[in-house]
Amino acid sequence: MAAIAPTQQVRSTVELALQGRKRDVAGRLFQAGLLLSLLLSLAILIVLLGTALVDAWPVLSTRLGDFVTSNVSRLDSRAGVRQGIVGSLILIGFVAVVALPLGIAAAIYLQEYARDTRLNRLLTTNIRNLAGVPSIVYGILGLVVFVKALRSVTGPDNFGRSFIAGGMTLAVLALPIIILITMEALRSVPKSIREAAYGVGATRWEVVRSHVLPYAAPGIFTGTILSLARAFGETAPLLLVGSVTGYLSSPTGRSPLEILQGSYTALPTQIFSWSRLAGDGWKANTAAAIIVLLAIILVVNLLAILLRNRYDRKW
Amino acid sequence: MATSTGDPGLSIRRLQGSPRRRRKETVVHGILGSAAGISLIVSLAIVVALIGQAVNFLTEVDLGQLWTSGWFPRSGAGEYDVLTIFIGTVEVSMIAMVIAAPLGLGAAMYLSEYATPRTRRRLKPILETLAGIPSVVLGYFALQVINPVIVQSLFGVTSTFTIMAAGIGVGILTIPLVASVAEDAMYAVPGALREAAYGIGARRRAVTTKVVFPAAVSGIMASLILGFSRALGETMVVAIAAGATSGATRHLNPLEPGQTMTGAIASLAIGSDQVKGAGGLNPFDSLYFVGLLLFVFTLGLNLLSERFVRRVRRDY
Repeated sequence: MAAIAPTQQVRSTVELALQGRKRDVAGRLFQAGLLLSLLLSLAILIVLLGTALVDAWPVLSTRLGDFVTSNVSRLDSRAGVRQGIVGSLILIGFVAVVALPLGIAAAIYLQEYARDTRLNRLLTTNIRNLAGVPSIVYGILGLVVFVKALRSVTGPDNFGRSFIAGGMTLAVLALPIIILITMEALRSVPKSIREAAYGVGATRWEVVRSHVLPYAAPGIFTGTILSLARAFGETAPLLLVGSVTGYLSSPTGRSPLEILQGSYTALPTQIFSWSRLAGDGWKANTAAAIIVLLAIILVVNLLAILLRNRYDRKW
Repeated sequence: MATSTGDPGLSIRRLQGSPRRRRKETVVHGILGSAAGISLIVSLAIVVALIGQAVNFLTEVDLGQLWTSGWFPRSGAGEYDVLTIFIGTVEVSMIAMVIAAPLGLGAAMYLSEYATPRTRRRLKPILETLAGIPSVVLGYFALQVINPVIVQSLFGVTSTFTIMAAGIGVGILTIPLVASVAEDAMYAVPGALREAAYGIGARRRAVTTKVVFPAAVSGIMASLILGFSRALGETMVVAIAAGATSGATRHLNPLEPGQTMTGAIASLAIGSDQVKGAGGLNPFDSLYFVGLLLFVFTLGLNLLSERFVRRVRRDY
């Protein structure tokens, strides 16, 4: 009985199939292509920052200090972004004061309290859809509600085009995003943590307050910082609630409420109106204002990302 | 726990806890619940605001004005050709998806299937930073760089404003959204599927394209639909780089200036809201109508993408 010896040909075929070809050219090319698409995004970022820096150089190199501290002007050589920065900060203050507590509270309700009822499912779906509504539609909402309907509160002397109207519009815009981010952070806290607290007799709020929130805090914190940064750069809705005409009214001799009811401007709106003006001087101003805006947003984003990497926790 | 009641035995009262604690619980529950309810109010407010004002406009406008040769709300006769701005919107969004779909999905596949956890942690901030760039900045970039460097030299056109440049700019803005939603979907594919494929000798490329991609295809569709919906609603890039602020004739050429729905709203918003047009019609009011259309379109797309996402969840 002779053993059936594999022929040489069969053996080499099997070995080849087991080892695979040493060089998988197509696979390597595929991988390179995928990496390239990621790096292309990086390249776009670099080119974008580079051009803005080059365009802005005439301003940045000669009068950066003046540019940041002086007001809008008809003369391109004297115009600055002080009003825009101050205006944007006040608007963001609105978002932080109105949308943050409201959004975090709503998220806690939906994630920790709500039972899986029809109404609550509707609420969650609704919020997800609100987050996808184009920002300019929020502008229209702000125009109808805060500028027109609530004119007597938001800005009686000003056709309603005030900090209050702009800030509330941005707050409404940021609200669903803050809710979703917070829900996500709460969801990532494992069930066992909650059960441990319930096990020793804690009420639902005590569980949330002492166990869930502390663990979810870093996630909520970074997420909300990012959403505030996004609101900071938001332009389209502000066009509808009147910041484009805006000159920051001078604060002398006016109460804080009067200032908030007064006309306003924001850094992104300033960039938009300058980008429509002709001439190299305005082009440089626009680019310089973009650099200021990006510097603020990128620093905030960087902080958020660093915070997350520092406190990221694997369960 | 209150121990001062002096009741050592077990009673229903003790199990329920002190009244103060329970009252606090009810109050907190109420506060949190009403906060959640506010979001419902906001969305109702959007719908009511849009529909009310849009109906106002529709009752005043002569319906023939909605089907003319172009979108010129502030011209003498007042031409509100909705098809013009609809075509512009779809053009911009399609160009955007031509950019964002391959780049976003490629980046997502690399991050999910090829990158080690360490490179993943280093590369992901790139996309996050790109997502943080305000659209007004991309608008400037589209006008100053994309149009002269890419569009004008590639297609030999001279126009300062083109739909093409705006579309590319919007595409860049959409990359991070497509990438992050698609990556979530692929990352969620169970490892067992990958291991099964590796076990029968598949290479990484085959695993990625023939196992992970089909398994995650619902989520990937969702990412593309969401990207398209985001591109539809993008305003500032179009307002800066697509030109045609006063209006546009109906055309299909992406190498000319054009007007989108969002761009039309923005340019109406910049103008005065008091000037009356022909027949006492206020051109400004047309922005409510356009806004309503935009809202309906994006809402439909978002609901569609939600469907796809839910299908993924059901499978695993």
